[in-house]
Amino acid sequence: MAVRRLAPAEVQPSSFAFTAENAVWAGEQIAKYPEGRQASAVISLLWKAQEQCGGWLPEAAIRNVAELLGMAYIRVLEVATFYTMFNLEPVGKYFVQLCGTTPCMVRGAGALRDALQARFGDQHHVSADGNFCWLEVECLGACANAPMVQINNDYYEDLTPESLNTLLDDLAAGKPVKIGPQNGRTSSEPAGGLTSLTDPALYDGSVIGTWKKRFEEEEAKAKAAAEEKAKAEAAAAAAEAAEVKEPAKSAGTRPEQQAADTPAERVAEGKAPVSAEDKTKAAPTNPPEEHERAKDKGAVPTVGGKPSDPDDKAKG
Amino acid sequence: MAKIIVDGKEIDVPAEFTLLQACEEAGAEIPRFCYHERLSIAGNCRMCLVEVKGGPPKPVASCAMGVRDLRPGPNGEPPVVFTRSPMVKRAREGVMEFLLINHPLDCPICDQGGECDLQDQAMAYGVDTSRYAENKRAVEDKYIGPLVKTSMNRCIHCTRCIRFTTEVAGVPDLGAIGRGEDMEITTYLEHAMRSELQGNVIDLCPVGALTSKPYAFQARPWELTKTESIDVMDGLGSAIRVDARGREVMRILPRTNDAVNEEWISDKTRFIWDGLRRQRLDRPYLRENGKLRPASWNEAFAAIAMKVKAAKPERIGAIVGDLASVEDSFALKLLMEKLGSANIDGRGDGTALDPKGGRASYLFNATIAGIDDADAILIVGSNPRIEGSVLNARIRKRWRSGPVSIGLIGEAVDLTYPYEYLGAGPATLTDLVNGDHSFTKVLAEAKRPLIILGQGALTRADGAAVQALAAKLALAVGAVKDGWNGFSVLHTAASRVGSLELGLVPGEGGLDARAMAGADALDVLFLLGADEAEVAPGAFVVYQGTHGDNGAHRADVILPGAAYTEKSGTYVNTEGRVQLANRAAFPPGDAREDWAILRALSDVIGQRLPFDSLSQLRQTLYATYPEFADIDSVLVGDPAGLAAVAAAGGAVSEAAFVSAVNDFYLTNPIARASTVMAECSALALGVVRQAAE
Repeated sequence: MAVRRLAPAEVQPSSFAFTAENAVWAGEQIAKYPEGRQASAVISLLWKAQEQCGGWLPEAAIRNVAELLGMAYIRVLEVATFYTMFNLEPVGKYFVQLCGTTPCMVRGAGALRDALQARFGDQHHVSADGNFCWLEVECLGACANAPMVQINNDYYEDLTPESLNTLLDDLAAGKPVKIGPQNGRTSSEPAGGLTSLTDPALYDGSVIGTWKKRFEEEEAKAKAAAEEKAKAEAAAAAAEAAEVKEPAKSAGTRPEQQAADTPAERVAEGKAPVSAEDKTKAAPTNPPEEHERAKDKGAVPTVGGKPSDPDDKAKG
Repeated sequence: MAKIIVDGKEIDVPAEFTLLQACEEAGAEIPRFCYHERLSIAGNCRMCLVEVKGGPPKPVASCAMGVRDLRPGPNGEPPVVFTRSPMVKRAREGVMEFLLINHPLDCPICDQGGECDLQDQAMAYGVDTSRYAENKRAVEDKYIGPLVKTSMNRCIHCTRCIRFTTEVAGVPDLGAIGRGEDMEITTYLEHAMRSELQGNVIDLCPVGALTSKPYAFQARPWELTKTESIDVMDGLGSAIRVDARGREVMRILPRTNDAVNEEWISDKTRFIWDGLRRQRLDRPYLRENGKLRPASWNEAFAAIAMKVKAAKPERIGAIVGDLASVEDSFALKLLMEKLGSANIDGRGDGTALDPKGGRASYLFNATIAGIDDADAILIVGSNPRIEGSVLNARIRKRWRSGPVSIGLIGEAVDLTYPYEYLGAGPATLTDLVNGDHSFTKVLAEAKRPLIILGQGALTRADGAAVQALAAKLALAVGAVKDGWNGFSVLHTAASRVGSLELGLVPGEGGLDARAMAGADALDVLFLLGADEAEVAPGAFVVYQGTHGDNGAHRADVILPGAAYTEKSGTYVNTEGRVQLANRAAFPPGDAREDWAILRALSDVIGQRLPFDSLSQLRQTLYATYPEFADIDSVLVGDPAGLAAVAAAGGAVSEAAFVSAVNDFYLTNPIARASTVMAECSALALGVVRQAAE
């Protein structure tokens, strides 16, 4: 951001008026707002004026819009200088706006900036033939196709310094250019082909209904496992009661001891990774079947109550 | 009413109060830059942060948070606000540090130094060091007119100036272009501001970004002697503070007086002071062989005495000018009485007002503060924007505060608020009186209709008839009733109401100002600061005044008097408020206070006036006119007298009303001597296109 000023007097046209067509459009915009609130249309009108003037906003246009809306000149100037999308100085026939915000920056916008700098010189500087002028701007919202530039109203994405130069050469030569990604993509799909959802079975109809069925199966499995475990525990408890033991440590009073009570340790001791007691404590917040599933898959530690198996999503 | 606890003190405030107002009510001091009582709330300086219990876990800008928006405690306790907690202290220090990051350290060369809000608050709420080592922001200075000097590096973007010009002055000249760090205050393409109240932005600016151009580098505030006084540039009698250093008035600032000027003054009031130094009459002059030569007081008095003694009483006359105080006029009146002359007139502009019509016929009966209560306003033959700029701002304030119908008969000018243009001349007024106009209904349906009658309607040959029509209209639409008198005359001269109170009108068989100035009407004519009269050749003219202006050019003897800042004098403003102007400096050279000159002259003529000091003069004055003793009170006119005025009738001409003031900046001799006013006048006329400095 820098101080933005109106263009010098030599380049300012002496007057501005909307074309008949644009004047009708402006009238429609103004009519959108209730009586006394016509000033609300100021941005639309300035935008149209900029479009009509070839991409920049002359001082005469600012005055004209102010008069149309019954605003003080300074009020419209405030708006025009506030929004950086209003160009206060003439731009080239092709106005290149390079996105330099983080996603584009990490994907190589810096190289594009160097390329533009080498090709056209400083920002805001219109090339000698009047065709080009460039500017680094903030996020243009095409991060999935970073890095990118906007030229006039179109996005050109997935650029490299070479493809950008080719693009600019084509524009300069008046050749038709492809709008959008310049690396063969049509939109924001993965560049090297699909990496997921590649199983053809997904698309032949064979998996219809398996999703629901799987839950039923897993539920039944979990039930059986729980019953078996309860039986085993009951037997163990009976055996323990027969033996004479040291007094049990009261649970929950020694946090350091609890902290040491990790699933890994428990597994090493040959116990279930999560004790039945902990499981009942956690039950209200976590769906029981998820826990059971995790256990079935061989004691994979759970994250947020969900298995962290990377294949799981693809299967589901 | 809502309860709120501020720093442990429970108070009861109206629910619509902001936290800042509530804190002030509780006696807590809240620092601020952008907040101003008479402007809208911006909330952008963040200096007024306070801590609110139960509110967000961050400091709250107290200027923009309403008391009614606070949550009560869990058991219904009143909301709690802290203004001195450690969190508030830290927050203020943080804000102050940010404000100072880009603020230049040029206090030693800044005109605001010593009376700078930022300086004071940095002392009270800031820290002693800066952690900022980078380059400071640099902003180009802007040209925004001949009165306000800009130093934009110092601007802290409080936007008070923008809000003032847009809201109070009604001339949206100033704006903020750019954004963020690059925001700059300017006018559109740096044209000069076009408001006659623009000088007030100098007072509003909390830093030294907008300072007075004529006063630049003239003085430091602590060198100045401050004198509270009254302005005489228009009929409003705005409260001012005259700052003088030694003999010279260095500047004039407004004082707060909610009944008259709130806290604004017009540019003429503020920047007139350079006129007090130029073209001054500092010794008596005597015309010999067609040329004026310096003379001693005795020579001058002897020359006058010779002429006066030779003249018949009815061939002696006196005209009292627009800036004369009641004391001076009273002394002149006594002198003329002693000389046996009935030729005296305090209405140099020939206005049709006459004390015979009763006080209600020439006062702004609704009072200036009463404008706030009016719900329909008719302006007749006046351009209040230049005849009483501060009063016009008051009408604008009324228009902003709620629906009000405003009608205008006279020149269709930009008054800064919309109005219904009814017509140009008396014919429209006649229509209104006859009920042939829709605006009659508007006035009749209003609870408190206000009819402002300007001097443009009264200084005509048919002025009395116009006054009668206006009075008739006021009575017809019910503008005169118990507790409200909407018949209001707007005066343009500070001395006029005082003169009318004193009865400074021609006595039995006396000549009025216009007749006295006529060819061969008199042998000796006294002009007490009367410069507007074009005196025809013939009479021996004694001009007693302050400046080498029209009156002095015509004079045969010049007696140098004291300007309004150089004497103590009573002035009665347009609403009948008796106010005392005080002496801030001494008259230059041999110039003396006017009453003293008249007293000395009376001795030489052999008609000694019965007082030797100002207090004796005042005793005599108060004995005859006790109303002048009641300083700061408003004289009330008896509305019953209006019926007689209305009945007077008379034929009106078809000519359109023209404002009594054609050039706002050059209405009196002091203003005409001021180079600042001359520049403003030229700019207003579009003569000068000055480039940025």
